[in-house]
Parts: sequence; C-alpha cells; structure tokens
Amino acid sequence: MLAFKDKSIISLNINGDNVTVMVNPSYTLLHVLRENLGLTGTKPGCENGDCGSCTVLVDGWPIKSCLMLAVEAIGHQVITVEGLKNAPIQRSFVENWGFQCGYCTSGFLMVCHALKNIHPDADDFIIEQWLQSNLCRCTGYGEIKDAVKAVLENKI
Amino acid sequence: MIAFDFAYFRPETLKEANETYKQLIIAGKLPLYYGGGTEIISMARAGSIRFDAVIDIKSIPECNTLCVENNQLIIGSAVTLTKIAESGCFPLLGKTVSRIADHTIQDKITIGGNIAGSIIYREAALPLMITNSKVKIIKKNKLHELPLLEIFDGNLHLQNGELIVQFLIDTNYLNLSYCHVKKTKLDKIDYPLITLAAIKTDNGINAAVSGLADKPFLLPVKILNEQDVPEAVRADKTVGAIQNNIIGDLIIAGKEYRMFVLKNVLVQMFENFKEAQYAGI
Repeated sequence: MLAFKDKSIISLNINGDNVTVMVNPSYTLLHVLRENLGLTGTKPGCENGDCGSCTVLVDGWPIKSCLMLAVEAIGHQVITVEGLKNAPIQRSFVENWGFQCGYCTSGFLMVCHALKNIHPDADDFIIEQWLQSNLCRCTGYGEIKDAVKAVLENKI
Repeated sequence: MIAFDFAYFRPETLKEANETYKQLIIAGKLPLYYGGGTEIISMARAGSIRFDAVIDIKSIPECNTLCVENNQLIIGSAVTLTKIAESGCFPLLGKTVSRIADHTIQDKITIGGNIAGSIIYREAALPLMITNSKVKIIKKNKLHELPLLEIFDGNLHLQNGELIVQFLIDTNYLNLSYCHVKKTKLDKIDYPLITLAAIKTDNGINAAVSGLADKPFLLPVKILNEQDVPEAVRADKTVGAIQNNIIGDLIIAGKEYRMFVLKNVLVQMFENFKEAQYAGI
C-alpha cells in the first residue's frame, strides 16, 4: 500500500521521464508541475475544475490537474504541453488561428490531442462534447474547432 | 492550493482500506474514502471541509470492475463516468453520466463519488434508482449485498468506515426503452434545473428526477402508469403529487417555474416512449 503521511519524495513519470520530487500529499498535480518541476506551460485558471486551462494527459486521457493530487499520479504517465513536441494539433492551431491571448491554449491543445488519439473519427457531437470542457475568454471557439477538425481530417 | 496537510493512503485490497480507516479512527484522525477526488479537492481548497487523511480506493480491483457476470452488470465504485459512457454497457446510465459536469471532469469523477458526494444532484444515481439495482458494501471487513434503495433515499446512509464497493444491475434492464432529459438554466454544462431518467418495463414506466429538491427522488409509479388517464393529465397529477418536495430559489429557478418545466419534461417523456414503441425500440 502506498502511504504518505507528510512531506515525501515521490517518483512521477512526466513527459516520458521519471522525475523525483518532494511533495506534501495535499499538493495538486498542477502545483507540482509548475512550482516544483518548472513546467509552466500548464496554466492555473479557476483552480476549481471549470476552465480547463490546467489540462494535462494522464495515461492518454485529459485531466484537469488542479483536481488531481500529485501523489495520485504515481504509477501513471503524465503528458504536459511541453511533452507534445510539435504534435500536428500545435501546427493546426497556428494555421487555423486557434488562439488569441493564448492563456487557454495549452489546455485546449491537450484536449484536442487526446481527442485525435482516442476518437480519430470524432463527429461534430463528440468534438463539441470534448471542447466544452475548456473556456476561452477571447471566444476563439470557432477557430479552435477548425483546428481540431483539420487534424482529424489529416489536413495537417 | 489546499491550505492544510493530510495523509494519503492507496490500499490495494478492501481489507487494507477498511483496516486503514479503522486505524486512523483509533488514532483520533478523520479519514475520507477518496475516489476521483474532484469534490474533495475543490471543497478542501475552498476551506469547506477538513480531514486528516484520504484513502484512495482506485487501486482496489473490486472497485474497478466493469463487467457482466451471472446476468448482472457489475460496476465498481471507482469506475469513472467516462469509462461507463464509453463502454456502452448501460445506455441510460451512459447518457446520464455524460451530462454530469464536463467531459474532462468525467475522466476523473467516479460513479461512487458522484453518489456519495455532498453536491445534491447525484445524477448518476437516477438510472440505478429505477432499475432495482443492488450494491455491495464493505462493513467491518465483510461484503454485504443489499438493495441500493435500502441505503440511498437520495442521500447515502452509510456508517463510518463503510464503503460502496460495487453497483449491481440486472441485465434485463440494460437495453429497455429509456428517456433521459436534462434541462439547465443557460449553459449546457451546468447543474440541472431538472434531470429526468426513465425506463419502460413490462410493468410500466419508472422515473426518477434530480434538481427539483435537495436530493434525487423517484416519481410516483402509480400515477405515471394510469393507462386510462390522458398523458397530459398524468403529467399534471405527477407534478401535483410531488409539489411539496419541489424547492425554489432565486438563483436558478422558482418553484412554479420548476413545476412548469417538470410538466413539459414528463409530456416529452411520454412522447418519447410512444415513439420508441412505434419504432420498435
């Protein structure tokens, strides 16, 4: 049984690398990614699970890292926006004007990347269902949808 | 950030989980069983709850089951809403849980967590309430199987240390005609003004609602199934029979408006079942 009673050194798999980090069990994954590991591409927003700007992939599925404890990630593979490394969805966001201020972009990229991998044949209903998890204050939803569609249609 | 410290345990067996809970209580600590943790983390961050330890049940095999055995669909309490929806194992439940929160959060929320949580809607319970579902709970290191409605009347009634391990649904219910309607005030992603889940069995319609009161509840079966009464009248009578349960508030909707919406949802439900009958669904 895993047990952490106070500050402990844990091992996490982030972007394919095993890293060790000292955490309190109460630290969220978002906090550890940014403050302990310097992976600031994952953005804090509402920290309440509403906005999606902190979305990362855990075992390939999008997860809001503000609602996950870092210790929960032990034994799982975490991918942040830094781990996408020129994935087609990133190029597609550029070509389809999928961002304006850019703050929500890393969260949207993670959701769209997972959608392409999990549902490569996603229809409009599924695309909309997945994209509704994230908020864009600049309201760039149309362009973001264009970007994900271009990737799904292998135009990128 | 959560502003207080707590311990984290991830047991791999039910016995370990139960024993850990017991030891923490003996030590004067306040433990919580932890599934997806979305509600626990957000409430802890907001300072609405305090605890000394969480016992994460996601590595316990029995809590992760999703299979059919002996004519029963077995769903572990730590199975996520996404897994249930993607599996297609129980279409009404899949449709219901895919309208709880948003898609990404459904990757984290567990069915047990939704039903045991303090947020009053507990929409995942609706399909289980209308299908005579059973639960397996662990109590003093022993598994007990009992009807869901024996421990859940819209609120979950378990003693300290007890935990829902699995939900059991008779496979005869899984592919019956069903109706799911969720009405929200404005946005698609929101708490429900009303969520209705209904199925049609050989004996008639069973339906349950969330959002109308401070907990989900069953609609009166007898009124819903008065075959010699027109459907619009049955809808009126149903609303009349439960109007004392309905709450109103200034933020989402007043009582009269909720009653109006419920009546329309019921009429829509009757229509849906009629269409399904004609379509042979």
